[in-house]
Amino acid sequence: MSILVDENTKLLVQGITGSEGSFHTKRCMAYGTRVVAGVTPGKGGTSFDGVPVFNEVERAVKDTGANASMIFVPPAFAADAILEAADAGIALVVCITDGIPTLDMVTVLGYLKGKSTSLIGPNCPGVISPGKCKVGLMPGDIHMPGSVGVVSRSGTLTYEAVAQLTEQEIGQSTCIGVGGDPLIGTTFVDVLKLFEKDAETRLVVLIGEIGGTAEQEAAEFIKGMTKPVVAFVSGSTAPPGRRMGHAGAIITGSSGTAVEKIEALRSAGATIASSPAEIGLVARKVFRT
Amino acid sequence: MKIHEYQAKEILAKYGVPVPRGGVASTPAEAKKIAAELGGVVVIKAQVYAGGRGKGGGIKTAQSPDEAEKLASQIIGMRLVTHQTAPEGVMVDKVLVEDEGAIARELYLGIVIDSGKGLPVIMASEAGGMDIEEVAAKTPEKILKEYIDPMIGFQPFLGRRLAFGLNLEAEQIREAAQLIGNLYRLFQERDCSLVEINPLVVTSDGGLLALDAKLNLDDNALFRHRDYAELRDPTQEDELELEASKHNISYIKLDGDVGCMVNGAGLAMATMDIIKLMGAEPANFLDVGGGASEEMVTNAFILLLSDPKVKAALVNIFGGILRCDIVARGMIEASKQKEIKVPIVVRMRGTNVEEGMRLFAESGLPIILANDLKDAAEKVVVARGGAG
Repeated sequence: MSILVDENTKLLVQGITGSEGSFHTKRCMAYGTRVVAGVTPGKGGTSFDGVPVFNEVERAVKDTGANASMIFVPPAFAADAILEAADAGIALVVCITDGIPTLDMVTVLGYLKGKSTSLIGPNCPGVISPGKCKVGLMPGDIHMPGSVGVVSRSGTLTYEAVAQLTEQEIGQSTCIGVGGDPLIGTTFVDVLKLFEKDAETRLVVLIGEIGGTAEQEAAEFIKGMTKPVVAFVSGSTAPPGRRMGHAGAIITGSSGTAVEKIEALRSAGATIASSPAEIGLVARKVFRT
Repeated sequence: MKIHEYQAKEILAKYGVPVPRGGVASTPAEAKKIAAELGGVVVIKAQVYAGGRGKGGGIKTAQSPDEAEKLASQIIGMRLVTHQTAPEGVMVDKVLVEDEGAIARELYLGIVIDSGKGLPVIMASEAGGMDIEEVAAKTPEKILKEYIDPMIGFQPFLGRRLAFGLNLEAEQIREAAQLIGNLYRLFQERDCSLVEINPLVVTSDGGLLALDAKLNLDDNALFRHRDYAELRDPTQEDELELEASKHNISYIKLDGDVGCMVNGAGLAMATMDIIKLMGAEPANFLDVGGGASEEMVTNAFILLLSDPKVKAALVNIFGGILRCDIVARGMIEASKQKEIKVPIVVRMRGTNVEEGMRLFAESGLPIILANDLKDAAEKVVVARGGAG
């Protein structure tokens, strides 16, 4: 087992013919992901590396049975792309696009309420179940199949953590980047719920950062979890009021600080890695006990 | 993106939100002229992005046009220091000269996005004129909140509910409810991340007036508001940060002396954190981005080297999409344009790392290579002269 994506995932790529979309689609295919369709309005009927391209998501789903979508369309059109995928009933939508206007996301999240579609992102690296399926930008070769679930708000810091785990010979069940924006679909808590239920996952590594209250909400849920959690929060040195790259990584009020988040996670029972260089080591200690 | 109070008020006025009479001045003479036109007592307000201007001496009251000129001459050109600015303060280039007005009550009105709920929220309070975060922390019951359901948008009853909640007089309810509706329309149409009127005053003759205004725009939505480019005031931004934004690089200047260049915001913050853990202070946050080109790396590295405070630098790259050879090429090119005077520690892993290392070796640049994050942080702290 694993969560969200596995060997049964049939992936559709929205924006498959764009430069980023085509580059990463090829890398996902090389990893073993079953890419069944692409969508680029106006390019329907053509094909990309043997994958049929459609004008519309609805048609692509009918013809190929796609059950997940990866979105690479530019920020101005990304909200529309998410809505189109959800309207077509796709179960999992992974939106990679960075820079979607916040008010567009308000509409998207409003529409998704009560729908069966789960959105990951936007502004995220995607999701991978090592050895089974990769839907996103992450370098596949740093991963190793196993039983640690990884969930994070960032991209390259997740790769850093995963690489440290693999160096310690600790494999991963599924690794998810939920995204660096203030408004995202799937949250830490949503992912923790899935890991808690997943038979394969035995330990969860959570990587948070400054801004918002997602870590505190995660901490509330961790209190009731049976599986151990190792956590790292980046941004202890970040000054308040400045946006640290991610739109969501900005300290406003005391709840947004790293100190506050670390304290919430620690008191909920998570084991804290105080240095980003020790995430793998701490995970190994907890994993072996 | 932040804009000045006077710019925010111009936008508010376009949306039918009453603002005090006044004008913006870049010289004391202009301030005098505006004060004379307004007549009576005027308020001179420094136009900077930071809050807390009053306590810092950036807001003064003048009884006459001559006094307005004198006070403006003190404020224009000063470096205003408030709790929200860097210790050296920010330069004041302009002042807003406004009618003082007669205040009966001070209210608060603001709109932000509640990221936990994923919804815009309108907040109103009778505790206006104070630091609203403090009010929220100490007396949360004093803040009224109405969330906007995106499926129905703003509805008049929400405005009425807030207006009644503020205990306004019967004859003010309609005006206030309408003002709240207008403000929400502004928030939505202009893609704001924050609209704040603090205080919103009830004047002695019973009218409503936005005495102070703050308006932040969603950086992600700038593409659909081309007119925002004109609102940008480069004098209020750090020179290096401004340069960075031209090159699409995310850079924030900090107080330390260990420069860093990293790909990805989370890893960049973590790199700053580990520098601190090792006993030094980061000089900056710098994210070259996931898909940086050689040219972007060159620009980013020159930027890092341009900070005179930097004693040593750490380059931390986890190559995925961004290839390590691109990073090496970009840095080597930068070294041709700007002499490297400080020790550089490089930690790279991932795509094309061997090629990157080979390029560094061939270049003859005095680069200290590190194996992993911890090793890199230790080496850069030694290179700057040790911890502390």
